[in-house]
Amino acid sequence: MNLVTIVFWIFAGLALGSGVLCVTRRSPVASALWLVVTMFSLAVLFVLLDAQFIAVLQVLVYAGAVMVLFLFVIMLLNLGRGAGQDRKGVVGLTVGAVLAGILFVQLRFLWNAAPPALIQVPNAMAQLQQQHGMVGSVAGPLYDAYLVPFEITSVLLLAAVVGAVVLAKRKL
Amino acid sequence: MLLGPSLAVAAVLFVIGVLGVLIRRNAIIIFMCVELMLNAVNLTFIAFAQSLGVGGQIFVFFVMAVAAAEAAVGLAIVLAIYRHKETVDLRNINILKG
Amino acid sequence: MQLVWLVPLLPLLGFVLNGTIALTRPQAKTAVSLIGPGVLLAAFGVAIAVVKDLAAAHSGTPAVFTYWDWIPVGALHISAALQVDPLSAVMILIVTGVGSLIHLFSVGYMRSDEGYARYFAYLNLFVFFMLVLVLGASFPVMFVGWEGVGLCSYLLIGFWFDVTANADAGKKAFIMNRIGDFGFLAAMFLIFQATGSLDFTSVFSAAPSTFAPGSGTVTAITLFLFLGCAGKSAQIPLYTWLPDAMAGPTPVSALIHAATMVTAGVYLVARTNLLFALSPVSSAVVAGVGALTALFAATIALKQWDIKKVLAYSTVSQLGYMFVGVGTGAYAAGVFHLATHAFFKALLFLGSGSVIHAMHGAYHHTHAHDDAQDMRNMGGLRKYLPWTWALMWIATLAIAGIPPFAGFFSKDEILGAAFARGGAQPIWYVFWAFGLIAALLTAFYMTRMMLYTFHGPNRTGEKEREHLHEAPWVMTGPLVVLGILSLAGGVLNLPALIGGNSWLEHWLEPVTAGSASLLPAAEVSQSTEWALLAVAVAIALTGIIGAIQLLKPAALVPARQAPAEHGLGKVLANKWYVDELYDAVVVKPLGWLSRVVLWRGVDQGLIDGAGVNGSAAVSRALGWVGSKLQTGEVGFYVVLFVLGVALVLRAAIR
Repeated sequence: MNLVTIVFWIFAGLALGSGVLCVTRRSPVASALWLVVTMFSLAVLFVLLDAQFIAVLQVLVYAGAVMVLFLFVIMLLNLGRGAGQDRKGVVGLTVGAVLAGILFVQLRFLWNAAPPALIQVPNAMAQLQQQHGMVGSVAGPLYDAYLVPFEITSVLLLAAVVGAVVLAKRKL
Repeated sequence: MLLGPSLAVAAVLFVIGVLGVLIRRNAIIIFMCVELMLNAVNLTFIAFAQSLGVGGQIFVFFVMAVAAAEAAVGLAIVLAIYRHKETVDLRNINILKG
Repeated sequence: MQLVWLVPLLPLLGFVLNGTIALTRPQAKTAVSLIGPGVLLAAFGVAIAVVKDLAAAHSGTPAVFTYWDWIPVGALHISAALQVDPLSAVMILIVTGVGSLIHLFSVGYMRSDEGYARYFAYLNLFVFFMLVLVLGASFPVMFVGWEGVGLCSYLLIGFWFDVTANADAGKKAFIMNRIGDFGFLAAMFLIFQATGSLDFTSVFSAAPSTFAPGSGTVTAITLFLFLGCAGKSAQIPLYTWLPDAMAGPTPVSALIHAATMVTAGVYLVARTNLLFALSPVSSAVVAGVGALTALFAATIALKQWDIKKVLAYSTVSQLGYMFVGVGTGAYAAGVFHLATHAFFKALLFLGSGSVIHAMHGAYHHTHAHDDAQDMRNMGGLRKYLPWTWALMWIATLAIAGIPPFAGFFSKDEILGAAFARGGAQPIWYVFWAFGLIAALLTAFYMTRMMLYTFHGPNRTGEKEREHLHEAPWVMTGPLVVLGILSLAGGVLNLPALIGGNSWLEHWLEPVTAGSASLLPAAEVSQSTEWALLAVAVAIALTGIIGAIQLLKPAALVPARQAPAEHGLGKVLANKWYVDELYDAVVVKPLGWLSRVVLWRGVDQGLIDGAGVNGSAAVSRALGWVGSKLQTGEVGFYVVLFVLGVALVLRAAIR
């Protein structure tokens, strides 16, 4: 029972709680804000898992840009209050619950099956970071072994930008 | 050391996201639940990356990039639909019928 | 002997040429008149040369000429091969010889028919198939001929097919033949299974070692073969087609249903004599069925008024005699009777053809519609057709069994063989007795036929009488030749008893030698032989004289005024109601089965309903279910999406 574990469980609980709240709020703005909380909690968890750079990216990009975009759109469409019957009927609820339940059972089976033998070096990431630093350990391979996906991603983003502009225009 | 619990948290978060997608009718909220699912997956990757190498974190990097692009385009689509139908309720978006 | 292939090929060529003429220029009757009989006479010439070669060779084994590999499949090797041995030699001479005479007769008989070319085409084709049948060196080749003659029989019986009854008769003949063919096929399968081959040489050399005498296998084989014979040679129970087959032209009846096709069954038994000798049960069955048929058919002939029907039942009866002969083990005697029967029966049929030709001519002139074949419309024709009268009397005496005519010797030999077997097994005495009674009846009804047709007052009618005349020489000539053969044919196999040398029996020895050791010894003393001879002659004379005394041709009236039959006469005139029995027991149930069960039940209900329509309905239902999935609602699609993920995970985890 050390500090890491305590902090982990606090923020894990926070993430799960705000996740549930995000899913169940009637107002889209409230949902968006709870999602931001979830992302912050996850960022803390990332830090605990030796992914500091990614944690910062999570806050900057995800919580900072994507969620802001969401809020912009919500505000633009004036959906702030939340319309009347937003959830599905009893049938829909039951089906959803059942399916989610099945999925959960399956996932539980999977995460129990993750064999410890797979883990050769218990803290490979930490060692890598000692060698190259926190940013360098991610950035190095990014420009090295994963260069092609990196470049393709930039093209993807370009496509996304163009697509978003075209789709959202009032008149083509 | 934190691998097991991380995976558990990620799984539960994922299922919560799925539940949200299945239950809600508002298109934008469904979108946000999808983002939640993506976050859960990111957590999984990071958890494994701690002991298996940097590949997991690189993947998370790309997931975030793609999620951002997807959010942009998806919201543009929602905007376009809203312009035609004045609503984002899923019940009314059924032009694919038949 | 190498030219044996010419013998069947010449008639085939005739078929092709005549067929072409029939299809393109059916009026070219002169060409047909030359080609039709011409190829037959040429084939007869070649046959004589082949037989001379065979006689000179003095070989004990058959000469087999293989032409090409017909069916090489796995362990089965069937070649297209012809076999020249004493038995096939006898057969080809009869087929081409008597066949030529009948072709010549047909030139006159069918002269005014529009289907002249078609007739000769079919007739030539028939001779081709018959020759393949008797020359075949293996069961399958023989079967080709067997089926082919069945086909030609159908074509020729239903020659005037625009009359439904004729077409029906053709169908009946073909279908009853087919029942027999099933037997032949089953026998072939069993033979192949037991011996591994189907050509005669291999089967007969392997037979004594493969089949234990009296074993079930060989009995089954021979009984199935006999089923085929019963169909082809019109024995009980498959004989009813032959009287109906009289619907065809008379020369057809002469060739096919007297001299050649129906004798194919006897030929088959003679060819497979080794197998029949190995199965005493089958041989007894053959003889028994033959004897019963001989008697049964003779009773029916007593009360028939159509001249051709009398001859038809007479043929069935005489075929029964032949089967008694081969059933007894006296294979040479059976073949001997086959030959003599070909002579006198062809003569009888052609003679009746002359009579019918004259009657038709007479009725044609007066536009009367009476039946030209009914004996009640004839009478006293001796005055108008003297040659036919004389020659038919020769044939009648031959068939009745009066010495020295041909039929006497062959019939006597058969009866003698049956009697001799009786010493060991009493059942053969019964067969002999049947044969004897049948002989009495034969003499009686044949004399009856002659009396009603040629003697007594003429009933044809005043005006018609003037137009009755003898047939032209092209028709009477062949009759004369056949008359000579009926008279002198007995020399083929004169028994040792009266100083003859049993020539045919010795000639056929290479074929029958194998079975001689297997048959029980059947010897009778010389005095018994003389006694049997005397009894036979006495019976024949009783029949003839009895008929002359008892029957009064003068008491007959023309057919349209004739009174109805009653009592036993009615039963006999209606052929013991066998056709009606078959109709009720076989035909109607089969018809019901086909119509109700197979057509409505299986075809319409099962295949159409469940199969075709059913599968379409299932597809439509599935499609309807599928269509319900396309609601267009994204929310629903998402649910399906997640469901799919769950299923994939399920599959992946296991």
